[in-house]
Amino acid sequence: MSDRPASTTAATADERPPKPRPAPVPDADSAEYWQAAHDGRLLVQRCTACGNAQLYPRDRCRRCRGAVEWVEASGRGTVYSFTVIRQNYARPFRDQIPYVVALVDLEEGPRCMTNIVGCAPEDVRIGLPVRATFEAVSDVAGIALFTPQGAGATSP
Amino acid sequence: MTARRRQAVVVGVATSDYPHLPGMSEYGVHGQAADRALADAGLTFADVDGLATAGFFPMYATMVAEYLGLHPLYLDETNTGGSSFEVLLEHAAYAVESGAAEVVLITYGSIQLSQMGRRLGTGGGGGGGFAPGPSVYDSLWGNTLVGNYALAARRHMHQYGTTAEQLAAVAVTMRRHAGTNPQAQERDPITVEDVVTSRLVADPLHKLDCCVISDGGGACVVTTAERAADLRSAPVYVLGAAHATTHHLNMSAMPDLTVTPAAQSGPAAFARAGITPAEVDTAQLYDSFTITVVLTVEDLGFCEKGEGGAFVADDGLAVGGRLPTNTDGGGLSACHPGMRGMFLIVEAVRQLRGQCGATQVPDARIAVAHGTGGMLSTGATVVLGREAP
Repeated sequence: MSDRPASTTAATADERPPKPRPAPVPDADSAEYWQAAHDGRLLVQRCTACGNAQLYPRDRCRRCRGAVEWVEASGRGTVYSFTVIRQNYARPFRDQIPYVVALVDLEEGPRCMTNIVGCAPEDVRIGLPVRATFEAVSDVAGIALFTPQGAGATSP
Repeated sequence: MTARRRQAVVVGVATSDYPHLPGMSEYGVHGQAADRALADAGLTFADVDGLATAGFFPMYATMVAEYLGLHPLYLDETNTGGSSFEVLLEHAAYAVESGAAEVVLITYGSIQLSQMGRRLGTGGGGGGGFAPGPSVYDSLWGNTLVGNYALAARRHMHQYGTTAEQLAAVAVTMRRHAGTNPQAQERDPITVEDVVTSRLVADPLHKLDCCVISDGGGACVVTTAERAADLRSAPVYVLGAAHATTHHLNMSAMPDLTVTPAAQSGPAAFARAGITPAEVDTAQLYDSFTITVVLTVEDLGFCEKGEGGAFVADDGLAVGGRLPTNTDGGGLSACHPGMRGMFLIVEAVRQLRGQCGATQVPDARIAVAHGTGGMLSTGATVVLGREAP
């Protein structure tokens, strides 16, 4: 295709310093979750009443409103769906095009939004087994990215 | 003698000028559409005692009321994204049927194209921007509005074998309908090949799988059948309506990416109208993306789950096809100013009045308008009829 994304041109012309990934503002629901990801651990919540596991973190269980406890997840999951983003004018993402955005189903049950890193976009498929890798985005927060299980890469 | 039940009807519809309105204010678009819809109904602002509209800040309806010089007794600004105007019409029907209002004016106005330019893919749900609250759990990874719908499209392809060519067929039919609409933003015919070879925005969605970005608006006037008796045009009856939601902007919170809220709102609306999908003569379906339409025809029950690709292919949505859809050219080609739901109502009413010219569905008696909002987050179905229930 000859009509290259306009964003590619814009990114090339952009001489500002790289913009970091956005960072969340932790609150009472989420501080432990974000801190754990900062420290390289993936937490999910499990209901002490019905046993349902959930993400994102909430005050109580979204299924039965029971109390929840933190459980460290295995970090393993499979790709439920994915897309390759080829147009995004927002920094810092426009500098990373093309990149893979995916929904991953964790072994523990919950589904989460993420990026698949450590492989070429064309190697991503639905059902691909993946494992978590982490990136700090502030002093108190990190985010989970996922990479194919068996891949050597441990960071993006 | 028992009192006859009050029956909601639509007595006036209009679109504003579109798709390019340089220099016009957002509120001026509301005003132009309102003037035209009231004139279509043979009513004036003095007859209006209810106002419903949706926009992107709190107290929006109050702002529009102030601008239009209205002091309504009934006010509604429920915002469910693109499906807002179907919800507002449902609410307005309840209002006039309960006696809370006599004449409800529903208006929409947007200058999205003039304001934002053609920056597809940077909108809500990602792109590094922050929507409020828990939206952060999806927005940190750089997904885009198109990307969210692409996730649904990819999953549907995986589960049901839906092809890019089948999705493309939706865009091709909408463009053909747009070719008969002098106001449509894009009117030149396209082929399936054109769609699948257009630039990928977020795999598997190409540029031509995405709606246009426009300026524009519309309005409709809702009252009772009794009040409509001495008005100029034949009333269109609100036979039944319902709405539903599965999540806000987080696709990770959507239980099944191949099942939209239409699976709830559709059956509920059809039951309230006392009809089946087979009785529908024409559908005006939210077409933010080609995949939106494929999911919607399945969820509303026009075909089985998973068969939407085959249903829309081979002119299935064209006039004369399985389900004549978006006869004005839809959001994919005619006009998409951000929340297109009002246009669906206007076109459905025009079909039932026989005013659609080259894309008129012969003897259309029952029409469905179905809006989809957010990231497949909300669905609202309205069943309209030419004859009293």
